[in-house]
Amino acid sequence: MDIYLYLCLFDGGSIMKEYYKQIAFYSVGLLSAAILTLVAYILTQIHVNSYHEVIPHAVLIPSVLILAFLQMCVQLVFFLHITNKSSRWNVVFFLMTFGGVLVIIIASVWIMYHLNYNMTPVQINQYIQDQSGL
Amino acid sequence: MEETKNEKTLLGFWIYLMTDLTMFAGLFAAYAVLRTNTFGGPPMRDIVNLPFVLIETLVLLLSSFTSGIAVLSATLGRIKSMVLMLCLTFLLGASFLGMELYEFHNLFIEGNTFQRSGFLSSYFGLVGTHGLHIFAGLIWLMILLVFVARKGLTKGMVRKLTLFGIFWHFLDIVWIFIFTFVYLMGAAL
Repeated sequence: MDIYLYLCLFDGGSIMKEYYKQIAFYSVGLLSAAILTLVAYILTQIHVNSYHEVIPHAVLIPSVLILAFLQMCVQLVFFLHITNKSSRWNVVFFLMTFGGVLVIIIASVWIMYHLNYNMTPVQINQYIQDQSGL
Repeated sequence: MEETKNEKTLLGFWIYLMTDLTMFAGLFAAYAVLRTNTFGGPPMRDIVNLPFVLIETLVLLLSSFTSGIAVLSATLGRIKSMVLMLCLTFLLGASFLGMELYEFHNLFIEGNTFQRSGFLSSYFGLVGTHGLHIFAGLIWLMILLVFVARKGLTKGMVRKLTLFGIFWHFLDIVWIFIFTFVYLMGAAL
């Protein structure tokens, strides 16, 4: 992209054209990011205000996660210009790191949940009581 | 030659950002694990102020947008609009940081410090680290403005500004996940 822009510097008319084209591009990103944020916010507010009745947990949690993921994609494309035209290594490093991030977070939660489940004293006492019939 | 240097610098900076992302992953994991360990203190749903955080989020999003326009103006040699956009980015970033500190201050005066519970430690750890990045970004931005005022818009300056833009967009992406995981899901669960 940069080579193209530097070439434009020799021609005043196309600088302005390129400038407004890019601003329009960024504005689309800004608008879609803002809409995604607002949708996630409104869904959560409905959920909280209706005491979890109108939108249950099982619907809300996946929806806000998907909205966050979508907004990440929007910002990567419109603000950071990570597209199939950009440097291949940037994309490779990003995908690798994102995979690592998912492993760190999901595995931590998974392991700790099972540690809690298997090792909470109250549950162990209950388990021993049930098993030995005390 | 200049083009190769640009690409190398951008890739190197990108790799730094990815390691930074891994650090944030650790903090997110700590938060996800400690979320329920409130030790008699307040859980997230009692201390969250969703409308306030929404405005914070939109302010940061807008500053990400203005920083993008600033980098665009720099690549096209439009100095005036670049300086204007950088100043706007600084103001919006500073308001974001101010709002975050106000939120922290409110928690502190109610006795909900990072020493209160495991949940609050991980909360301050995660959100505070993001805030520190924003603070570092603001200092970087000030230095860039001084450099531009003294040296003008050289090719090296454009490269430095591009790196700052990438850093700022990256922080906004991290914030989306803090907004979703910590605040939205915290208010819901």
